[in-house]
Amino acid sequence: MSYVFNFRDIWAQQDFLLDGIGITLLLSSVTIAAGFVLGAIVASMRVYGGATIRAVSAAYVEIIRNTPLIVQLFIVFFGLPGLGVRLDAMTASLIALTINLGAYTAEIVRAGLEAIPRAQIEAGHSLGLSGLQVFRHVVMFPALKIIYPALTSQFVLMMLATSIVSQISAPDLFHVASIIQSRTFRDFEIYLVVAFIYLALALALRILFAGVGRIAFGRR
Amino acid sequence: MIREFNLVDVYYLVLAARWTLALTVLAFIGGGIVGLLVALLRVAPYRLLRALGATYVAAVQGIPLLAWLFVFFFGLPIMTKVQVSPWIAAMIAYSIYAGAFLGEIWRGCLVAIPPQQWEAGSSLGLSFGQQLRYVIVPQALRIAIPPTVGFLVQLIKNTSLAAVIGFIELTREGQLVNAATYRPFSVYITVAAIYFALCFPLTQLSRNLERRMRVAR
Amino acid sequence: MSLVEITGVVKRYGTNTVLDGVSLAIEAGEIIAVIGRSGSGKSTLLRCINGLEPIQGGRIVFGGTVVNDPATDLRKLRQQVGIVFQSFNLFPHLSVEKNITLAPRVVKGMDPGAARELAAKVLARVGLAEKIDAYPDQLSGGQQQRVAIARSLAMQPQLMLLDEVTSALDPELTGEVLKVLEQVARDGMTMMLVTHEMGFARRVATRLIFMHEGRIREEGRAVDLLSDPQTPELVSFLDAVLH
Repeated sequence: MSYVFNFRDIWAQQDFLLDGIGITLLLSSVTIAAGFVLGAIVASMRVYGGATIRAVSAAYVEIIRNTPLIVQLFIVFFGLPGLGVRLDAMTASLIALTINLGAYTAEIVRAGLEAIPRAQIEAGHSLGLSGLQVFRHVVMFPALKIIYPALTSQFVLMMLATSIVSQISAPDLFHVASIIQSRTFRDFEIYLVVAFIYLALALALRILFAGVGRIAFGRR
Repeated sequence: MIREFNLVDVYYLVLAARWTLALTVLAFIGGGIVGLLVALLRVAPYRLLRALGATYVAAVQGIPLLAWLFVFFFGLPIMTKVQVSPWIAAMIAYSIYAGAFLGEIWRGCLVAIPPQQWEAGSSLGLSFGQQLRYVIVPQALRIAIPPTVGFLVQLIKNTSLAAVIGFIELTREGQLVNAATYRPFSVYITVAAIYFALCFPLTQLSRNLERRMRVAR
Repeated sequence: MSLVEITGVVKRYGTNTVLDGVSLAIEAGEIIAVIGRSGSGKSTLLRCINGLEPIQGGRIVFGGTVVNDPATDLRKLRQQVGIVFQSFNLFPHLSVEKNITLAPRVVKGMDPGAARELAAKVLARVGLAEKIDAYPDQLSGGQQQRVAIARSLAMQPQLMLLDEVTSALDPELTGEVLKVLEQVARDGMTMMLVTHEMGFARRVATRLIFMHEGRIREEGRAVDLLSDPQTPELVSFLDAVLH
């Protein structure tokens, strides 16, 4: 292989890269928090709601899960201005990403809620607990424990998927990469470096989630 | 010259969907081959092979698909000094990416077979390869179908990223039509609807298959 | 030379010693029944004999082959040693015939016609000739277990290991399986059974072995052990079991 790798030019841009990492992490954390809350609400609607509420939430989940994220992003960023709503890249990204994550989270949380045996809930009621108390003490914690691996997997995937916002020029890590590419013409190196950074971020995130999981769900 | 967004554009978009499907099928074939290798590696009776498979999956799943596409699209021509066709670059990227996910799915199906089945096979004198071929894989195949169909849906959505490296498929066609008509909302809603029409039936199929499988057990 | 020679076998799972110096010789034609509490190591001992479990100390020799030698070809050994499991472990995607003929065809290279005849023969021995084309999920537990026995017999082993083969069955299905085992014993097979069926042990076994905490505590004729236990462990075990 006669190609000479040159990482020095990229190393010189490290501050810029750090900015990009910061934006990626910011997008990820806000999306994860908001997406989880949204997903939990939608899941509750699907499991405990009346027929109309169940249908609406099911429709939301199915539409989001059967269309690509990039198209959803384009609808929010390019499409809404056509209806009079103009958003900047970051806001549009957060909205699209949250709506997207919410749908996937809803499915996972729903599986967790439905995994609690009916017998457990009946036992709770028989002891005199109110509906809300049963939910809080009998359903919520065991359900969270069951879905925790799938949920955190989804979160890590979402962190990686934030790279999509580069396509509407939000200044995330991937967008920074393409700018560095046009500055240094080091096509191969820059994307290799960025790939490694994402890998490191994903690993760090997994370790973080694993630790949190152990603290929250570890042997009492 | 901006023209109106009308049925002709919808027609163009629907036509572009066939490239989406073509890309999906090719990615599935490539990914399937890689995935098979990965799944077998991960259940192999040698720790080194298992670690190799696990590392591959962890590495691929920890890097965004966009990055894989860009690395192969920009990097491959530079590395090999040969004019690599964009199709080949994309195929490699998608095969690597899909292979990791399919490998995980299929590995899950292989290990879902109770160890007693392995034991029964080995106690009869079957070799590891014979156990796989006659006892384990036939059973794993059945339970692999619903999640594999489900993954096809993921693949169809993933092909939308090929637009970013200039492939003409449904999403890219949407960008082109938008550039010509300046009706982003209508255009992208239509694009989404076409994706939905492609994905939703497969999602339902996967669910039905899974339900039928659970009843049969 | 005995068919099976077990000398000073030690087996551990981590820090837990499951077999603590077990020695035993099995002659051809013997019917050995092994009894004891759960955790006494009886199933583990069985599984060590055909190499399903590795051992950390001692030796197991079957027909001149050292089982625990890493160089041993376990596949060849397992053609001579059949095992039947508590949970039957039939292959659910194969018919009864295919379950039985798989190993003879694939391991021994038997041709399909001869294999089907063999299947019919062993199925007749266990009283299920008419079920040759059925699938496991169409059979009762007792029938499945009898097919499992037939599957093992089809390989014509020198020794059969049976690991609590009736424990997972409804009580009314146990009898049919025990009857088959009795017949197989009468036909001259060397058998080692881990079992809770004391009546069966008394009737059929040539030797009874009582295991406790990884060791053989008592062994001898079934009649003697059951009516006149020598050790306090066997006394309390029989007390708990024969109620």
